[in-house]
Amino acid sequence: MTLDRRSFLGAAALLSVSPVLFAQAASERRFVFIIQRGAADGLNTVIPYAEPAYAGLRGALAVDSASALKLDGTFALHPSLVNVRQLFADGQASFFHAVASPYRDRSHFDGQNVLETGGSAPYQVKDGWLNRLAALLPRTGKEAIAFSPAVPMALRGAAEVTTYAPSALPQANDELMMRVEQLYASDAQLHAIWSSALSARGMAGGMAGGPNRDPAVLGRMAAGFLARADGPRIAMIETGGWDTHSGQNARLAGQLRSLDGLLAGLHEGLGAAWAETVILVATEFGRTVASNGTGGTDHGTGAAAMLLGGAVLGGRVVADWPGLAPASLLEGRDLRPTLGLDALIASACAEAFQIEPERTTRVLFPDVARARPLSGLLRS
Amino acid sequence: MNAAAIALNRFGLGAIADQPALADPPRWLVSQFDRYEPLPTPWQPAPRTPALLDAWLAQQRAARQAPDGEKAGIRETYLRQAREAYVAAVGARVGSALQTPAPFVERLVHFWSNHFAVSVDKLAVVGLAGGFEADAIRPHVLGRFEDLLLAVVCHPAMLLYLDQAQSIGPRSPAGLRAESRQQRGRGLNENLAREILELHTLGVRSGYTQDDVTEFARALTGWTLPADGGDLVATTFRFVPALHEPGARTVLGRSYADGGEQQARTILHDLVAAPATAQHIARKLARHFVADDPPASLVQRLADTFSRTGGDLPSVYRELVAAPEAWQPASAKFKSPWDWSVSSLRALGRQSIPPPQAANLMNQLAQPVWRPGSPAGYDDVAPTWAAPDALLRRVEVAQRIAAQAGAAVDARALAPRVLAGALSDETTAAIARADNGAVALALLLVSPEFLRR
Repeated sequence: MTLDRRSFLGAAALLSVSPVLFAQAASERRFVFIIQRGAADGLNTVIPYAEPAYAGLRGALAVDSASALKLDGTFALHPSLVNVRQLFADGQASFFHAVASPYRDRSHFDGQNVLETGGSAPYQVKDGWLNRLAALLPRTGKEAIAFSPAVPMALRGAAEVTTYAPSALPQANDELMMRVEQLYASDAQLHAIWSSALSARGMAGGMAGGPNRDPAVLGRMAAGFLARADGPRIAMIETGGWDTHSGQNARLAGQLRSLDGLLAGLHEGLGAAWAETVILVATEFGRTVASNGTGGTDHGTGAAAMLLGGAVLGGRVVADWPGLAPASLLEGRDLRPTLGLDALIASACAEAFQIEPERTTRVLFPDVARARPLSGLLRS
Repeated sequence: MNAAAIALNRFGLGAIADQPALADPPRWLVSQFDRYEPLPTPWQPAPRTPALLDAWLAQQRAARQAPDGEKAGIRETYLRQAREAYVAAVGARVGSALQTPAPFVERLVHFWSNHFAVSVDKLAVVGLAGGFEADAIRPHVLGRFEDLLLAVVCHPAMLLYLDQAQSIGPRSPAGLRAESRQQRGRGLNENLAREILELHTLGVRSGYTQDDVTEFARALTGWTLPADGGDLVATTFRFVPALHEPGARTVLGRSYADGGEQQARTILHDLVAAPATAQHIARKLARHFVADDPPASLVQRLADTFSRTGGDLPSVYRELVAAPEAWQPASAKFKSPWDWSVSSLRALGRQSIPPPQAANLMNQLAQPVWRPGSPAGYDDVAPTWAAPDALLRRVEVAQRIAAQAGAAVDARALAPRVLAGALSDETTAAIARADNGAVALALLLVSPEFLRR
């Protein structure tokens, strides 16, 4: 079948503002930003299984449509996202495809800076959009919180924020361990020591089996803060390890399983507050459409984002789908972005906290050329 | 490494985040002799030896006078205060290493402090260790070796650590009295004398005998702590004639007439002048700065300079800076945990860290400050530190301090600054490929070229 870029999913209907009354009432809403650092592969997360070019370009990386979790006649979720699929079925998860920030180069650092500051170019804006959102709200609970040792860029700024990291001396994450191993590969002394250290810790068989913290535990821990009536209303959780240049199938499956567990933990731990919760999952940019020569994908542009939570008017995949035909790709390699991540974020925040959309966009993304806000993302 | 990188990393404590370029690296090193401060700002609030010693003596007196049931409580109270003083001093040491305009000389402080090691696993040393470095080591690292040695041997931390404070000449008035009362456990203690010969001056297997040790120990009797007068002590050392073994002594074939305190001073003076001492110090300095197994030619030149100048330390340092062997591009030294931690924090632009965090950091990396567990100090060769679990711990610590630095530090920009002249293409590529800033920064800190100097 052929996908017509305007033919489905009600994307056009969403791209208009409906009149709403904006109250300044104290909000019970919770907004959680889960950042996927490292450029998560949107095409294997929300999979365009009906797209004819997909299987060919992805080759061995293509997710078998038989095992993918179907969302509709066009898209399916990666098999690791079992809980997310259930949220979709319950009308509590929406997916947004071919999204991108204004950043068009392919550096993780710069891309994350744009994603987190809300600027149009790296290092132009000095504070983070999530902090500016916190400053817009009447304080009804505790200050915004990052579940990490340091304040991430998105939460830096004038509004008071806090951080919480569960452990004083966490074990090095798999991403770092893997890159250290690569770095030592050509150093005889360090390579030998490192290999011996890994086998001593029972990790020689591969990083996936490493002693990772259970993501569901992290989710429940974070939910413990957010569920309280006097708890924070805004939170950020950092995830890393999405940079799948090699061995993508196993690594992405593990990454998405962790994300699924994290979201399940949040869902479970939030209890009644889940109904008031909006979770945004987003990454700095996507990955190449075609697989590379090392069983992975390289830095790309268009990506996928998610909104999840009891407050989300879910069950939809929103995309102005550009297609994967050679002529449709950005620079012949990337999923062409057709939806601004900034418009999605501003609209979701405006709806979540009943703030006027134009003002929200102006504060959160001051440098970005005005994009039409989306509407009807959340339950009113 | 190029010359600037060698000056900064091998001789210094690592480049700082906004490191200016060095026009003349050797000159930059020796010019630090004029900039070095024995008591820089971070050390100024730390309690000094007189107050620390007074607290120790007061505790000893109180415990002696208290009923048995209260002694333990008095010791606990003291130990709590002593630990606070220890942690504060560790913070001062780290702060000084991070802020110093003379990192080469600060490295020499660390070198000599380890050469003349005291260890806080001995209770009496806990409170005094910081005072030892501040008052015995720091003022003398740019002076004569003999003055450094004397300051060390007279310091209460050393007198207590190596049991000299309790040593009594058997034929001294106090010794004869103890014998007549059949007091056991009061007599000659050879510990300090042996370690001065073996570790501080001549070096092990350099030809001295057990008789030399015993004779030297007899000469040292009377060297002890000040009397506990109940008031703040004015001096921190005292020679007590009533403890001193009378008579002439023979050490290394030379006879020393009885002269009270002067007898051991003369022996120490001759030990400094002994060729074996010059060789020992030269080898340790060369090992620290150049290679685990340093070139014999370099050791000989350093030893010659030491001997020729009567142990003038700046002359020896200048010889080292002038030595081509010290400027070889390959990094032969694997950083100790202390080296690595200090250079990491300097690279990240840190000016200080909370003292308890500094102490914990060094505990976690298995090189707790002033706690080598032996008077030989910490080892200065790679096999001790380039070990599997130690390396894993560095990676874990790197991850943590990189996460603390957060998005404020861009590893791509930092790497060529702090590793100018040393950064490899592999590390540059690994940093560029890292999927977030914290991982990139951690990779910089555990990169092969950052682990070595």
